[in-house]
Parts: sequence; structure tokens; C-alpha cells
Amino acid sequence: MANPLKCDLCDKPATVHLTQIVSSKVHKVDLCEACAQAKGVTDPSGFSLSDLLLKASLNPEPSGGALRCESCGYTQLDFKKHGRFGCAACYDTFKGMLDPMLDGMHKGITHSGKVPQTALARKFLHEKLTKLELDLTDAIKSERFEEAARTRDEISQVKQAANQPPPR
Amino acid sequence: MTIASLIATPSELTDAASNKTAIVLMTRIRLARNLAGRPFPGWATPAQRAKIAETCSAAVAATVPLKRNLSVSVSELGELEKQILVERHLISRELSGSKQGSAVIISKDQTVSVMVNEEDHLRIQVLRAGFQLKKSWNIINGLDTSLEASLDFAFSPTLGYLTACPTNLGTGMRASAMMHLPALVIASQMEKVVRAVNQLGMVVRGLFGEGSDASGSIFQISNQTTLGESEEAILKRLTSVLQSIIEHELNAREKLLEADAGKLFDKVGRAFGILQNSHLLNSSEAMNLLSLIRLGIDLGAFPDANRSTIDRLFIEAQPGHLQHAQKGEFDPGQRDLLRAAHLRSEFANFVHPDFSPINCEKN
Repeated sequence: MANPLKCDLCDKPATVHLTQIVSSKVHKVDLCEACAQAKGVTDPSGFSLSDLLLKASLNPEPSGGALRCESCGYTQLDFKKHGRFGCAACYDTFKGMLDPMLDGMHKGITHSGKVPQTALARKFLHEKLTKLELDLTDAIKSERFEEAARTRDEISQVKQAANQPPPR
Repeated sequence: MTIASLIATPSELTDAASNKTAIVLMTRIRLARNLAGRPFPGWATPAQRAKIAETCSAAVAATVPLKRNLSVSVSELGELEKQILVERHLISRELSGSKQGSAVIISKDQTVSVMVNEEDHLRIQVLRAGFQLKKSWNIINGLDTSLEASLDFAFSPTLGYLTACPTNLGTGMRASAMMHLPALVIASQMEKVVRAVNQLGMVVRGLFGEGSDASGSIFQISNQTTLGESEEAILKRLTSVLQSIIEHELNAREKLLEADAGKLFDKVGRAFGILQNSHLLNSSEAMNLLSLIRLGIDLGAFPDANRSTIDRLFIEAQPGHLQHAQKGEFDPGQRDLLRAAHLRSEFANFVHPDFSPINCEKN
């Protein structure tokens, strides 16, 4: 086999393959010798799958490990190993696998708390300014001078607003 | 401010112990925040971590509550210094073992600390003696808002503040109270309480958080979930859970007095005797004995004024503080000797317990 199965917990080749059916769902776990030993898989009497299943359920399809965050290079496998994300953009990249997890993890799945108003307002102004500046260049290029003058005034207004101290 | 002068200043927890702190020793709120567009600390390169630490530390030190502060990178701290900060709940165990590029900024009065590059870029914490969730929230909310003026936080309108671990998503807020619950422990009711509290979406942990034991009958109760509810709603829920635990603890105390006051007085009296006379005390036993004396104070067997002494000794009995006071590093066996000696000298002049004013009758 060109691509031997890797252990779900570390990157070593998996030699222990476990299939269990829990609440009519099939869970497959592939482990290397050392992890199997450490997790007690080799001792069926004292083996609790719950911990492993939580991790395994993050990888519902075999191709799942291929997902990779464009922004920081974090992979789904990394998440399985660490239980943490690489950067804020990972929340978009791994949305498909995150959503079902959140359901059981939190009281709800939508934020209803504090919003960073100041920072969001700053971001909004910044984006608006960028767009206006593009408009201005555009208007000058195509010799629409009246529009250019209007845009220039608007830019100075936005800049003034941005320079005001943020509301406390 | 230097680490030496910070250590020489008593912690918020050793101070201000009034009647109000009888059961809730301390309230703590922390917020997890990350900078937009930068990898989380665990995934960032050393160069990125250094840059993040620089940006965060500068922004934090410019805020009002942290104008006068200790700002230090973790790599500059000695093992003993880190241990003392952990014992004062000013840094986490995770931060104390972290890689290059982690830092902490602590306010002069030790009520505010900000960890940089722990699990998240910023872990902002406010800590107050006693039951002060509302006040703590006002302080930390203000601090967080003033940080927004110079920092762009990673935030999503649907998921809230984005954190390295999805368990902190949303508000990024963990609010907790450290509670002294000796009667519930003596009456073997803690297991029941833990189960009930879990069902209400709160978590019970030992004195030093995850995985620590509950020596001294001290427990930390905090919210488990962070997404789907506003900060105010979480705090309201936590407050009502805490109030009901306080009620249960008070009931348990009353029941113990009713059922067998002699047995309870014996426990407190023996604890007093051991603290006055023992020569070997490990920190867990010391905590348990001090807990019984604190219970004795709450019941009225000792003057109220002694409560702050016990709260100070709770901290001084910890390995880091003990070794710092003795100016050296000692193995656990030597520490037990030193701890017992310190407590013997503290209790040599302590008022003797007087159980006569305690009303054991059912009201």
C-alpha cells in the first residue's frame, strides 16, 4: 500500500484497527502499537472508547484529513491531535466539522454576548475609506471630475470621523 | 515594579477578608481574546509569538488599571517565582511552562493580570476577594473595551470572540468563585452538589483548577459554556448557583451542630492542637487543618479578625511561598518540617477556641 493508515493520535503507522457501533453509528479508530497500549485498547475489559470516539467523530469521512487552512496551514489532523485551532480563519476552514461539535459543547451555537464595537467601527471605516479611494482614482481616470470632488469630500469626512476618539 | 516587590506585597486574597468572604473566598473572571489575522500562540512561529507579545504587552500596559504594573516575560522568571504567581492565581500552570514569547502583566494591587501567549494571545483576568462577580465584570469589561481602542480582536458575528479552543468560543469568558465548603465535605454531600452543579452547566474543580485536589475543602465553581448566552446571563446563572451552594453549606453547618456539636467542636479543637504542636505537615494536611480553624471562626469559636490570618496561611503553606520565605529550595520532606514550624509559631499566640457562645439548638 502506497499510503499506509496513520495512527489517529500520532503520525506513526497504525497497526490496531478498531470498529465499534455506538448508537447505530459506526466509529473506526486506527492506532499505532504505542497509542493502543497507552489507551488500553489491548485490554478490552478496561477500555473506554468515549475519549477516542470524540476524536474519531471529528473525522467522519476518510478524506477528511486533507482539509487544510489556507491562512495558516493548519490541517484537520492537527486539530484532531491538539483539539485547538491554528488561527481565526480555521473557524471558516473547518466549519463543516465544527458545527456538529458546537451543538453539544455550548448552550447555543450563536454568539449573543459582547461585541467589540470600537474595533468593528474602525474596521468598517477602514473598508469604506479603501472603497472611496478606489472610486476616486476611478473617477479621475475617466474624467468624471464632479463625482471625484464629491468623493474627495466624502473621504475627508470619513477620515475626520475615524480620527475622533472612540466612544467610551 | 519588580517581581521581588510584587512577591513582597501581600496578595489580594490575604487581604480584605471580612464577613462577606466567609464562604466565597474569591471571585475571578477571565476573558480570552486573540488578535485578528495572527496565528494562535500554539501554532505561531517564535518570531510571530515575539511580535504578538510586543503588540499585546504595549497595549495592555497603556490601560488605566495596569498603569502601575509588573510586566515580565515568562523566560525571565525563576521556577520559584513562577510557582508563587501560580499559587496566587496570577498566572496559570500552562503559562508557567510555556515557550519563548509568553509574558504576564500584573497590576500593582494584584487584582488584574493579563497573560500573553498562553493558549490565546490574551487571557485577561480580574480577581477580587469575596463574592464580587458584578464588580469584577465591570472592571474586566472596561479593561477589555479600552484594549479594543488599540487592538483588533478576532471576532465573528455568529461565533463571537474566536479562541484557540472551541470550548472558549463566544464570550471567551470564564467566571469562577473559590468557595470554602467544609460542612458539605464533612457531611459527605459534595458529590451530590457536584452532580447538581454540573447539571446546571457549571463545573466544580479543586483549588488550583483542572486536575487539582480539593484540600482545605476549597472548590472552584465556574461556567462550563461560553457560547449562546450573553455575559450577563452567564453571570446571573452562576450567581444563583453560588447562592444556592452557600445556602446548602450553611444548612449543612446547622445540621452538623444540631446532630452532634461535640463531634464538630472536637474536629476544630484537634486541628488547633495539631497546628500548635506538630512537627511535620504536608500542604494537604495543613490546608485541611486551617480549613477547620476557618470553620471555627465562622461558627464563632474564634474572633472574626482571625479569618484574614487563616487566609494568609492558606497561601503561605503552599510550597512556593514556603520556600520563598525560607530563602531556599527544599525537598518535600524538609518542607513539611518547615511548614509545621511556621504554623507552630503562628499558632503559639493564637486565641484559644471558645465554643460556649455557639448556639447548637434548632432555632
